[in-house]
Amino acid sequence: MSSTRAPLIGQPVERKEDYRFVTGTGQYTDDIVLPRQTYAAFVRSPHAHAHLRSVDVAAARDAPGVLAVYTGKDLTSIGGVPCGWLIHSIDGTPMKEPKHPILAEDKVRHVGDPIALIVAESAREAKAGAALVEVEYDVLPAVVNLATAAASSTSVHDIAPDNICFTWAVGDKAATDAAFARAAHVTRLSLVNNRLIPNAIEPRAANAHYSPASDSYTLYVTSQNPHVERLLMAAFVLGIPEHKLRVVAPDVGGGFGSKIYLYAEEAALVWASRRVGRPIKWTAERSESFLTDAHGRDHVTTAELALDADGKFLALRVDTIANMGAYLSTFAPCIPTILHATLLAGQYATPHIHCQVRAVFTNTAPVDAYRGAGRPEATYLLERTVERAARELAIDPPELRRRNFIRTFPYSTPVGLTYDTGDYEATLDRVLELADVHGFPARKAESERRGLRRGIGYSCYIEACGIAPSSIAGALGARAGLFEAGEVRVHPTGKVTVFTGSHSHGQGHETTFAQVVADKFGLPLEDVEIEHGDTAKVLFGMGTYGSRSLAVGGSAIVKAADKILTKGCRIAAHLLEASDEDIEFRDGAFRVKGTDRSKTFAEIALAAYVPHHYPIEQLEPGLNENAFYDPPNFTFPAGSYVCEVEVDPDTGAARVDRFTACDDFGNVVNPMIVEGQVHGGLAQGIGQALLEGCRYDEESGQLLTGSLLDYALPRADDLPNFRVETVKGTPCKHNPLGVKGCGEAGAIGSPPAVINALLDALAPCGVRDLDMPATPLRIWQAIEAARAKR
Amino acid sequence: MSLQIRLHVNGNAVTADVSPDTLLVTFLREHQHLTGTHVGCDTASCGACTVLVDGIAVKSCNVLLAQVQGCQITTIEGITPADGSLHPMQAAFKACHGLQCGFCTPGMIMSAIDLVTHHEHASEAEIRAGLQGNLCRCTGYHNIVRAVMQAAPIMRGTQS
Repeated sequence: MSSTRAPLIGQPVERKEDYRFVTGTGQYTDDIVLPRQTYAAFVRSPHAHAHLRSVDVAAARDAPGVLAVYTGKDLTSIGGVPCGWLIHSIDGTPMKEPKHPILAEDKVRHVGDPIALIVAESAREAKAGAALVEVEYDVLPAVVNLATAAASSTSVHDIAPDNICFTWAVGDKAATDAAFARAAHVTRLSLVNNRLIPNAIEPRAANAHYSPASDSYTLYVTSQNPHVERLLMAAFVLGIPEHKLRVVAPDVGGGFGSKIYLYAEEAALVWASRRVGRPIKWTAERSESFLTDAHGRDHVTTAELALDADGKFLALRVDTIANMGAYLSTFAPCIPTILHATLLAGQYATPHIHCQVRAVFTNTAPVDAYRGAGRPEATYLLERTVERAARELAIDPPELRRRNFIRTFPYSTPVGLTYDTGDYEATLDRVLELADVHGFPARKAESERRGLRRGIGYSCYIEACGIAPSSIAGALGARAGLFEAGEVRVHPTGKVTVFTGSHSHGQGHETTFAQVVADKFGLPLEDVEIEHGDTAKVLFGMGTYGSRSLAVGGSAIVKAADKILTKGCRIAAHLLEASDEDIEFRDGAFRVKGTDRSKTFAEIALAAYVPHHYPIEQLEPGLNENAFYDPPNFTFPAGSYVCEVEVDPDTGAARVDRFTACDDFGNVVNPMIVEGQVHGGLAQGIGQALLEGCRYDEESGQLLTGSLLDYALPRADDLPNFRVETVKGTPCKHNPLGVKGCGEAGAIGSPPAVINALLDALAPCGVRDLDMPATPLRIWQAIEAARAKR
Repeated sequence: MSLQIRLHVNGNAVTADVSPDTLLVTFLREHQHLTGTHVGCDTASCGACTVLVDGIAVKSCNVLLAQVQGCQITTIEGITPADGSLHPMQAAFKACHGLQCGFCTPGMIMSAIDLVTHHEHASEAEIRAGLQGNLCRCTGYHNIVRAVMQAAPIMRGTQS
C-alpha cells in the first residue's frame, strides 16, 4: 500500500468531526441521560456580601420529587475549591489564599455564590424545591470597585483585611527609574481592561454517578481538561484516590478558558451522587453562567513609556491592579502576573521594564483566564501606549514600532522570557500591504463625504503559548506540571487510534492531529482516529488552554509515533533479515536502504500482533507507544493587525469597516482551521473593544449585565469580513512540528487596533482617550466632552 | 392537568400528553430525544434551539408545545439525509469551516435554511442581518456567512 503522496500537513483538510456536529449528533454533557437520572438545582445568594444567619431547608426537603437537600454544613468533611497557582508578594510572603467552600459556610461573597444543593426527580422539581429554601442574611457592605478595594473598610475575607491578595513585581525597578530620568520624552496613559464574561454558547453542565459495584465515581462534565479536573477533585476536594474517579468531557460547546477550572457545582454533584445513590445532573441556566463562570480581564493600569530623542524605547513602567473576584479560581493568580507582566516587552527591544501587580479581592465572581489570559491585557496597554507615543512625537505609528523591533534571536527580555525566533518586520510589512494602507486617505475622504469619521489603528502583538517547562512553571508558582501526554495505538490491521491529553472543544484536534499522524505513517487520513476527553481512555493529560494543544500535545503524539517507527524498524529488520541500522521508514513502508525490499506499515503492524516470525527475545509483541512531552520553552507567535473604523460623530455609532490580520504561527498544519481560530479570536477582541463589558452595581454588587439581553455579544451584523493571512513564518525552534499556537492571537491583537483606530478617527474632534467597550454612548460622550473643553 | 397535543416531528405524526407549560424545546430534547436542538440561554437570545415550525425558523425555547398543535416541526435531525449524505446547508457549513465547537450549529443551520428559502438572493449584508438571532462564539461568523452564500445557489437548484 501507501506510496508517495502529497503531505496532509499544510492542507486545508475538511474536519473529521464535522459530520456529527452539522447533523446534531454530537453528544454534549446535557444530552447524556443516565439510568435512574436525578437533577440538581442550586440555591444562590442574591446578595454580594452577607453573613448567613440561618438556612432552613425543611420545606424544600418535603417538596414533591425532592430527594435530598445539602448545605455547607453537610460538606465540612471535604475540601474547598483549590487554587492551582501560588504567587509570592514582593516581601516574600505567600498570597492570601482563603478557603473557597463548595457550598457557602458562614458567609456569601458574591451574587450567585451557592448555598444549597437540591436533588430531585426532575429539573423542574429541583428548581421548585430550591425556591422553598429559607435563608436569612445579615447583609454586609460590598467591595465592588477593584481600584478602591484596598482602601475599603470592608473585607471580603478575614485573612486579607485590606483585600489585597498579593503585591508582586517583575523587572529591575532601579534601572527602569534611571532610564526614565534621562528620557527625552515620556508617554503616560491610564487604562482600563474591561471585565468580560466568557459566554461559551454551551452552558456549564455536569452529570455525576457513583457505582457501589466498583466503589468509583464517573463525572461527565463540560471541561477543557478532564485529567486536571480529576486531579483537583480527587486529591484536593474529595480526598479519594484518582483511580476511583473517571472524568469524561464529551463534546464541549466552547470554552475560551471558562471550562478549565474546577467549579463548586461539579464537586458538590460528585459528593452528593454517592449519598443519593443515583446519578445527578445539573445544567447551568445562562443566568447562572453569567453569575458563576469565571470572568476575564478586569485590570486598571497606569503605563509609562520612556523614549529617547530618536523614538527609541528606553523603559516601560507599569502599575496594575487586577481583580481576583471573591475567591481564587484555579489559575487566577497566574494571569495578571506570569501571563501578563512577562509579556510587556511585546515585539520591542525595550531594555528596562518594571511592572508591579496588586491583586485584590472583591465581592464579584472569580476572575481567571479568558481567551488570551493576561496577554491581551499586556498587548492592550503596550500597543495603546506605543500608538499614543507615536501621536505625541508625530511619528508614523508603524515606523515607531519598526524602530524598536527586536531583530536578533534568541532574545531575552527584561521580564523573564526568551523568544526563540520571530520576524516582526515581515508581518508588519505584509499587513500594511494587505490592508492597503496607501488607500486609506482616499477611503477617509470618501467617508467624510458621507459625514463619517474614518480612522486607522495598528497593533503588533506577541503571545506566549504552552506555559513551559514544568520546572520553570513550578518555580513561578504552578502547582502542576505543564507537559502533555499522548499514546499511539497501531491496530493489527495497520489502522491507528491516537489518545491525547489535549481536549478539543471547537479547535478541530480530531483533524489536525490526524493529519500529523497520517503523514508520519504515510496513511490516509481516515485510517487515523483521535480520542480525547476521557480519563478512562487517555493515559494522562493537562488539557487545552493557552494555545498549547498542538505545540505541546501534538509534540507528545509525535514522540509516541517516533517510538512506533523505531520499533517498526526493528521488526522490519527481523522480517527482512537486515540489521536495524539498514532499515529506513519512507513513503509508508519500512525499507532496506539501497534495495527494493520493504514491508508496508500494515504488514509490520500485523507481524507485531501475530508474532509468528518475530524477534520475540528482543522485542515485546504489539505496537503501542506512549510519550510525555515537556517543552523546553514557551512558543512565541506574533503578528500585526490593522483596523479601520467609521464613526458617526453625531451619534457615536462606530463600526469596524476593515480588519486585516497577519500572523506568524510558525508551521501550520491545517490553514483552514488556523484561519478559523483567528476569526474567532478577532470576534472576541472586537467584542471586547466595542460591545462587551461586565458591570456590577458599585453599591450593591448586583450583576447589571446578567443576561444576553444586557451583555452584548457580537452578532453577525456587528462584524466585518476579515482579511486574515498567515505568513510563511519562523517555525518554533524547540518543538518537533515547528508550530506555535494560534487560538488566542486574534483576541490578543485586536482590541488595541480597534481603539487606536477609533482614536485616530476622533483625533480631529479633540478626543484623546477612550475606554473599552467603546459603545456609541461612550464615544458620543467623549466627543461632547472634547467639544466642551474647546 | 395535562394537554393532548398532536403534531408532526420530522414528518412523523406524534401525539403527546404533556403539562401545559411544556416548552417545545423540552419536548424535543427530553420526550423525543432529539438532542441536536440545543439550549444556550434563558432569554431567547442565542438561537441554539432554532427549529422550523411549518417551514419558519422559530426559537423552540420560547414556544409552548401547546402553541404548535397540528404543526409540522423540523429539527436538524429532520433535514439530515438517511444515506449519510448532507443537506446542502450542512455540506456548505462543513466545506467552509462554518463551525467549530458545533453547539450553535444546528440552530444556525435551521435559521440559514429559513433565510435562504425565503430570501433566495440574499446579499452578504442581508445574510448577516438575517442571522442576527443566532449567536456563535467560535467562528466570528465569517465562515458561516460564506457557507450560507455557498449553499444558497445549490438550494435554489435543488428546490426548483
